[in-house]
Amino acid sequence: MPLLTRTFIKTALIYLAFALTLGIALALRATNGLFPVYIHLLVFGWLTQLIFGVVYWMFPKYSTEKPRGHESLGWITYALLNLGLILRAIAEPFQESLGILLVLSAIFQWLSGVAFIANTWQRVKEK
Amino acid sequence: MPRLSVWFVRCSLIHLFLGFTFGGLILANKEIPFAPLTWSLLPAHMEFLLLGWMVQLAMGVGYWILPRFRSDLPRGNVNLVWGALVLLNNGIVMVAIQPFISTTWLSSVGRILEISSALLFVFSLWQRVKAIEV
Repeated sequence: MPLLTRTFIKTALIYLAFALTLGIALALRATNGLFPVYIHLLVFGWLTQLIFGVVYWMFPKYSTEKPRGHESLGWITYALLNLGLILRAIAEPFQESLGILLVLSAIFQWLSGVAFIANTWQRVKEK
Repeated sequence: MPRLSVWFVRCSLIHLFLGFTFGGLILANKEIPFAPLTWSLLPAHMEFLLLGWMVQLAMGVGYWILPRFRSDLPRGNVNLVWGALVLLNNGIVMVAIQPFISTTWLSSVGRILEISSALLFVFSLWQRVKAIEV
């Protein structure tokens, strides 16, 4: 399993633990207004990140020289995804003062998706 | 990867792009309210990412990697699974555009197409979930 995949999957597992912990806090009404963060930690931080890592590992080879496409683009995807998600988790409860971070978060997360698609598209091919 | 899986996975990547784009617009709109209609994108954002991206990717990869039959049709009846692909994508689009048009039935029809797609897919792949033949 390549290093990038291991990094994606281990980070995804950390998000799973954080999301479920936040879920408990929400259920106990220890916090509120964080439901969107909870959902995105689960769906984006855990599920999507896990998929990104496994796809990078298991999909058909891009070429003999670069079997997994552009590795640097994979790392850029990882960095943008996590930076975007962390910024969102920090800024969402403090929208009045940190709202601009939500805009940055939106841009980073969108770019991570674009980078992932760019690196994956050519690997989705018939044998 | 078989051609049908290529279609499933590439469609799922298109849905991922659309879902991320709509999600980014909704999130940015919280700070910079450039368009009040942005919140109308929320159902499409969820539909594209949950069904269009995740479910569709799982269907494509499942069709590709599940055990095959030792027959002329190693992956079963391919036409049924093509049908599942068409029904799913049409259903998702119908549900996603519902908030922007005046009809009320489109979302319901879209959901019916989605469940029909799921049933076709389950029916086609059920027998392929098996122990490896010796």
